[in-house]
Amino acid sequence: MTPESAKPSNVYFFGTCLIDAFYPDAGLAAIRLIEREGVRVIFPAGQSCCGQPAYNSGFPDEARAVARRQIQVFRQDIPVVVPSGSCAAMMKHHYPGLFAGTDDLDQARALASRVFEWSEFMIRVLKVRYEDRGDPIRVTWHSSCHALREMKVIEYSKQLLRQLARVELAELTNERECCGFGGTFSIKHPAISGALVNDKVDDIQRTGAARVIAGDCGCLMNIAGAGQQRAMPFAAQHLAEFIWERIHGG
Amino acid sequence: MAAEAFEKNVDRALADTQLRKNFAFAMGNFILKRRAVFSDAEETERLRDLGNAIKQRALSRLPELLEQLDAVCTRNGIRVHWAETTAIANRIVLEIIEAHAASRVVKGKSMVSEEMHLNAFLGTHGIEAIETDLGEFIIQLNGETPSHIIVPAIHKNKAQIAKIFHEKVAGAPYTEEVAELNAIARNTLRRKFYEAGIGLSGVNFAVAETGTLCLVENEGNGRMCTTVPPVHIAVMGLEKVVERLADLPPLLRLLTGSATGQLVTTYVNLITSPRREGEKDGPQEVHLVILDNGRSRIYQDPQLRQTLQCVRCGTCLNHCPVYTRIGGHAYGFVYPGPIGKILTPQVEGLDKAGELAFASSLCGACEEVCPVKIPIPALLRRLRDECYSSATESAVPGSGCKQNLAERLAWKGWAFLNTHPRLNRMVTTLLGRVGDYLPSSGPLERWMRYRSEPAFASRSLHGRIKEEGIADE
Repeated sequence: MTPESAKPSNVYFFGTCLIDAFYPDAGLAAIRLIEREGVRVIFPAGQSCCGQPAYNSGFPDEARAVARRQIQVFRQDIPVVVPSGSCAAMMKHHYPGLFAGTDDLDQARALASRVFEWSEFMIRVLKVRYEDRGDPIRVTWHSSCHALREMKVIEYSKQLLRQLARVELAELTNERECCGFGGTFSIKHPAISGALVNDKVDDIQRTGAARVIAGDCGCLMNIAGAGQQRAMPFAAQHLAEFIWERIHGG
Repeated sequence: MAAEAFEKNVDRALADTQLRKNFAFAMGNFILKRRAVFSDAEETERLRDLGNAIKQRALSRLPELLEQLDAVCTRNGIRVHWAETTAIANRIVLEIIEAHAASRVVKGKSMVSEEMHLNAFLGTHGIEAIETDLGEFIIQLNGETPSHIIVPAIHKNKAQIAKIFHEKVAGAPYTEEVAELNAIARNTLRRKFYEAGIGLSGVNFAVAETGTLCLVENEGNGRMCTTVPPVHIAVMGLEKVVERLADLPPLLRLLTGSATGQLVTTYVNLITSPRREGEKDGPQEVHLVILDNGRSRIYQDPQLRQTLQCVRCGTCLNHCPVYTRIGGHAYGFVYPGPIGKILTPQVEGLDKAGELAFASSLCGACEEVCPVKIPIPALLRRLRDECYSSATESAVPGSGCKQNLAERLAWKGWAFLNTHPRLNRMVTTLLGRVGDYLPSSGPLERWMRYRSEPAFASRSLHGRIKEEGIADE
């Protein structure tokens, strides 16, 4: 289906491994917000991880094994909505290359063509409109690298944020710069990763925002962890969870 | 360079707050300057596509273009030399110098000569190589190597340069005035141009069609080096050849726009022959040394070949969040930054430099600005694969250098878990209960150096989905 086509009656939801283990509230909020538009959400129990951790770490065979599982699980010809720019980019832009020369290439391509990043789906397909019922708040926004450069969906995320009338968006000085997460990079090169995330934390703090909002839980875990260790006054939250809270007056 | 050595370099660089300030300031300026000359996104994209196409077209015919370049240059009176290794290239340069009984070489900026470690080599043969590019002049005074491929002394601020000049240039007063600093360099160098028997330069593009060596610069020292001494030696990597003269305008626009945010450099030198009969200036002899040093091996692999599209603008360094934090020296090799991370491991071998390929978050900032669209993150990933590859034959030397049982088992276990949903759910549930009691060692310890411990949710999304009655088919 093309992005601008009519509203589908069913969609798949790919919860991502980080949301599964660390941020289930973000995943549930993203699902509830889709359902709220009258679309049925299917969450295949057999799903796990997009495979990116191994793919980026020099283990393509293991990445392929895990990715193949997702291809099998999300087989119906309906959109796959992913609440992460990074995992969405893995499925949309990297699966075809990962399966090049294998029997699964056609299926990998088919899945890739059905993948949407969550905010992209909410704006382009569901054309949502939100009414903000929360108290006035100042937040800032972090653009995750793969949402920005591979999925190119930051504009949709920001459109969602701008619909919240009582939310003041204080932009970061270096909004487009990496937070330093990079998956296994944060473990393999902790000092560089740490320098990056600490600069990000400083940037967030300078905005005076109460929360940093992002569309990727990898970045959020990284930024929140560094902020917490330095006892920073801001919280980190996934965009879907934030919106869910705002439209319910939280 | 082993992983530990690189880590040490990184720690030292990160601890140097002045260095980090200098890089953050300078790179920020370069980013703004580039943005100003590439303000039209669509037009920039078209131009980058064109740059990519020109370089790919040239690479697709690389062997014949090099032969054509050799033939046309020779016909024009330029003497062409081929060097498979840097040692051979050094030897060729030395022989030319010795043939003219010269003892001094004035040099324009050339990264290939850095790759050859030419200055040190000439030094051991009693020949003085004098850097005349201002940045190179500064670091040569201070006994350093370039920290950036375009602006080699960018790690120094004005006060540091003032101090170097005051201490290392005889009779130079301490001044932080840019004009005065420039004057000190000019006065020191001007005489050297007349005294040197040899001028040496790099090459930005070599045009096969016309045998033209194109060299861009802003200080005029490049033109001095290539016209004042009686002999000019140009050194270039073999990937610098392009097909036609008409390829130059878009490439130059991309190169200078990306490198320094200029629409055109102050000097654009097109060198097609030595001084001809009746001409009043120019060198009597022009030599072109074409260096391979691993490039033809890189060329054999269709994916890795894209590395050779590079025009050495340095914009990937300017935009790299890692480079702007650690600076050029921490990489430990001649070419730093994203381009260095893909080039160096291929030239030096993965066993020596493979770690560099892992020192990236794969954020893609480099690929986004690369004027010839080198897919740097994809190439980094490819080199990571090669580091762990068990294949007996590989396009990259040192392949398989990082193979180890612990990591292999960890990823096998990870794959097993992520392809067995029920087991995966059990483990996630278990982590939700006991995750807080995990020992802070290994990866978790490395994570927690800069962050608090990640908190597993008490119930996973998979568990919550079931409770909330969301469909699973």
